[in-house]
Amino acid sequence: MIWQLDLAVLTLVIVCAVAAISVKDLLGSAILFGAYSFMMCLLWAVMGAVDVAFTEASVGAGVSTVFFVAAVFRTTRETKD
Amino acid sequence: MKILALLIVALCGGVLLYATMDFPAWGDPASPASIHVSPRYLEKALTETAVPNVVTAVLADYRGYDTMFETSVIFCAGVACFVLLRVFGKSRQDRYYRHVPTGIVIHIQDRSQIEEKPDEFERIDAEWTPYDLIIKTLCRFLVPFIQLFALYVIAHGHHSPGGGFQGGVILGASIILLAISFNLRSAVTRVPEKVNALLSAAGVLIYAGTGAVCVAFGAHFLDYAGLSGILPGGAVEARSYGIFAVEIGVGIAVMGVMIAIYSLLASEGWLEEGL
Repeated sequence: MIWQLDLAVLTLVIVCAVAAISVKDLLGSAILFGAYSFMMCLLWAVMGAVDVAFTEASVGAGVSTVFFVAAVFRTTRETKD
Repeated sequence: MKILALLIVALCGGVLLYATMDFPAWGDPASPASIHVSPRYLEKALTETAVPNVVTAVLADYRGYDTMFETSVIFCAGVACFVLLRVFGKSRQDRYYRHVPTGIVIHIQDRSQIEEKPDEFERIDAEWTPYDLIIKTLCRFLVPFIQLFALYVIAHGHHSPGGGFQGGVILGASIILLAISFNLRSAVTRVPEKVNALLSAAGVLIYAGTGAVCVAFGAHFLDYAGLSGILPGGAVEARSYGIFAVEIGVGIAVMGVMIAIYSLLASEGWLEEGL
């Protein structure tokens, strides 16, 4: 991969990770976590671990985001802290 | 206190980053991982198991025990969600019915029921938004294709990336899409809770059972070469078929657990009203 693109994806991973734990809105946090998973999926694919990338895309970005959204739907959207 | 916590986190991160400098470079052929067992897998996997995708061969054959217990872990996660979240009996929530021709909504407080008929009354969730025709039609159209793709992922794991875990998750996701685009009850009537629980247990049983059949034919547990007695082809093809059998088991187990976790989470354990 072109190293500039690689750097951009890595930066986005860190930005998504920091944003996911710092936003007050838990629904936004769940979506940011999904975005984080997609970026990680890209990185896995670039490093040649296509099976891991596939798992990350389906489990990390797909189903676990849905689980988070379902949990937020049944609890509360705002964090206490 | 916050500054102290930040300091500790920064220090730990710094130490971890410093430790990564000792790692071998990415793709280094002389790294310990690349000189110990990897060359053997890369050279022998195709001739020993007739599976071109080395990852699948390692996961389901050479490291069959690991994958079997991973499947058990997923099954245990589903059981834990069931034990923690499932509530039996009638929901305490009030019921809402919508009269389809007129659109009038009836609110019933004493937990009694109205008989549901397609052109008369339909039950709706407490937080109900009118069905969007585009979303409903598109999701109904998409679900079979998603399921077909999931079956392809499971079956084609021998040749391309994929396998039981990913295929099972996609199969589960297709039912979850149904639950989101229609409502949870329509998904639960299509995949009832008991069927779902039986499926997830059956998946683990298929995996362990394949290993047990190998033992019955005199081979070691999960040594699929023992299946050559009942399958066409030699020992190498038998290992390929054995990998396929356990992938199916993993797929079924993962699908059941994903649907169970979603429906329990989205309905607070009542399995009546959900996202």
